[in-house]
Amino acid sequence: MSQEPIRERMSGNEAVAEAIRQVNPDVMPAFPITPSTEIPQMVSSFIAGGKVDTEFIPVESEHSAMSAAIGSESAGARTMTATSSAGLALMWEELLLAASNRLPIVLTLVNRTLSGPININCDHSDGMGARDTGWIQIYAENNQEVYDNYIQAFPIAEDARVHLPVMICQDGFITSHAVENINLLPDQPVKDFVGTYEPEEFLLNPGKPIAVGPYSISAYAMEAKRAQAEAMENAAEVILEVAKRFEEMSGRSYGFFESYRMEDADYCMLIMGSAAGTAKQAVDEMREEGKKVGVLKLRVFRPFPEKQIAEALKNCKAVAIMDRCESYNGNCGPLGSEVTAGLYRNKVNLEAVCYTYGLAGRDFTTTHVKEIFGALQSLVEEGKKIPHNQYIGLRTKK
Amino acid sequence: MRTDVKKINEQTPYEDLTEGLMMFAGGTAKEFKTGEWRTNTPVFLQEKCRQCLLCVPVCPDGSIPMDGEKRLDFDYDHCKGCGICYKNCPFGAIEMREGCEVPAKEGKEA
Repeated sequence: MSQEPIRERMSGNEAVAEAIRQVNPDVMPAFPITPSTEIPQMVSSFIAGGKVDTEFIPVESEHSAMSAAIGSESAGARTMTATSSAGLALMWEELLLAASNRLPIVLTLVNRTLSGPININCDHSDGMGARDTGWIQIYAENNQEVYDNYIQAFPIAEDARVHLPVMICQDGFITSHAVENINLLPDQPVKDFVGTYEPEEFLLNPGKPIAVGPYSISAYAMEAKRAQAEAMENAAEVILEVAKRFEEMSGRSYGFFESYRMEDADYCMLIMGSAAGTAKQAVDEMREEGKKVGVLKLRVFRPFPEKQIAEALKNCKAVAIMDRCESYNGNCGPLGSEVTAGLYRNKVNLEAVCYTYGLAGRDFTTTHVKEIFGALQSLVEEGKKIPHNQYIGLRTKK
Repeated sequence: MRTDVKKINEQTPYEDLTEGLMMFAGGTAKEFKTGEWRTNTPVFLQEKCRQCLLCVPVCPDGSIPMDGEKRLDFDYDHCKGCGICYKNCPFGAIEMREGCEVPAKEGKEA
C-alpha cells in the first residue's frame, strides 16, 4: 500500500541524512571530506538533538573509519559510514576486508574525482576505482533516488543470501549540494521496511564464540573468494525483490537500470548518475523532432547486469556508452569495457561507441547529448566513423 | 550457519566452507601447528633453570607451558624460535640451536 508522501525540498546530502535518521543505525564511524562532510555533520546534529541513538565515532582517517565499521559490524551493530573521493581511496584495504568478511556495512559515497590534477569536483573515478572490492554499488540520478536507494541498502546487504557491504552513490555537488523537490516517506514505514538488525553470528554474543577474518592459507582462500562471488550473484535477485517491496510502500519503481523512451529506440545513450537527467531532457527534445532515441540509465553497477543490458539493447542500431571516469588503459572507461564485454558474451552485435565525459566536474549539456546521437546516426546511416573513446567538450587542435 | 569447523579440511568443497571463513569456536589457534616455521630452536636446560619465570611472559607465542608455579619444556608445535626467552634467561638455562628439529629429551632430567 502506498503511503501519503511528505513533500519536501532538499539536497542529496540532506536526503541521505534524513534516510539515516529514519533508519537510525547503531554505529557511524566517519571522517569529514568534501562534498560528503554534510552527511556526518547532519547525523551528529541528530545525535545531539536526541533524534537518533546512533553511536558516532570520530576517527582520525577514512582508513580508521572503515576499520571501525568492520569492528562494529562484526560485533553485531548495524553500521554505516559516509565518504568521497580520496576518502574512499584511503579505505581501500578495508573495503576488501569488509566484503570478504561478509559484513553488511552501508557506505554512502558522494562521487567526486580522484586527484590529480588536484581537483574536488564530480566524476566517478572514486566509485569506479572501488568496483572490484566486492561491494554492491548502486548509483542515483538525483536526491529522490539516493534517498530511496539508501533505504533499500540495508535489506539488500543484510539478506542471508547476500551478506555483503553496499555503496550508495550520488554525484558530488550536482546531486549532493543541489536542492530539488523530493517525496519523503513517513518514519514508521521506513523503520518497518528496514526492520531490526538481527545478525545470526556476531562477536558480542555470549556463549557463542566466533572468530572473524582468520588467516587463510592457499588451500582455502580461493574457495572463500568463489563463495563471495556467488553472494554477489545472489545479490541480483535480492535487489529486485527489495525494489518490489519498496515499490509497494512508496509507489516508486526500481530495477537494475531505467529504460527511458527505449521501446522503439534505434539509438541509445547508456549513462549513470546525474547526467542521465541531461540525457533524458535531450531525448525528450529529439523525440519531438521524431528521432528514435532513448536512455538506458544504469542504477546497479555491482552486481553488473550484463545479460539484462544486452537484452535491453538488442533491438538498437547503436549505443553510446558514457564513462565519467578515465581508466588509462588506452581503450575506454570501466562502463565501456563491461558493457561491450557483456554485449559480446550475449551475442548482441550493435555499434557500441565509448565516450568519456564530465571528468573533474566538466559540464555535460543537452547539446553534447544531441551531438552524440547525431554522430551515432551518421555512423549507422552513412558509415561515418567515430573516433574511439572521445572526450566530450575537450579543447583540441585537431 | 553454525557448523563444527573441525570437520572442515583441505578437501572441503567451497559450498561447505563457513561464510567469510568465520570460525565458530574459541582457542582454535591451538589446532594450527605453526612450529615448523622455526629456523632456530630453543633448548630447555632444566638443571640450570631456577624457575624465575622471566621467560614465560615474554614468549610472543605462549609456547612455554606452565604446571602450577613451574615452567615445563617448550611447546614445539607453536614455538617460532625467536629467541626472546633465550635473551631474557639470567641463568643460561636456554640455549639456541640452528634448525627446527625438536631436541632429544637428554639433559632434561638432571
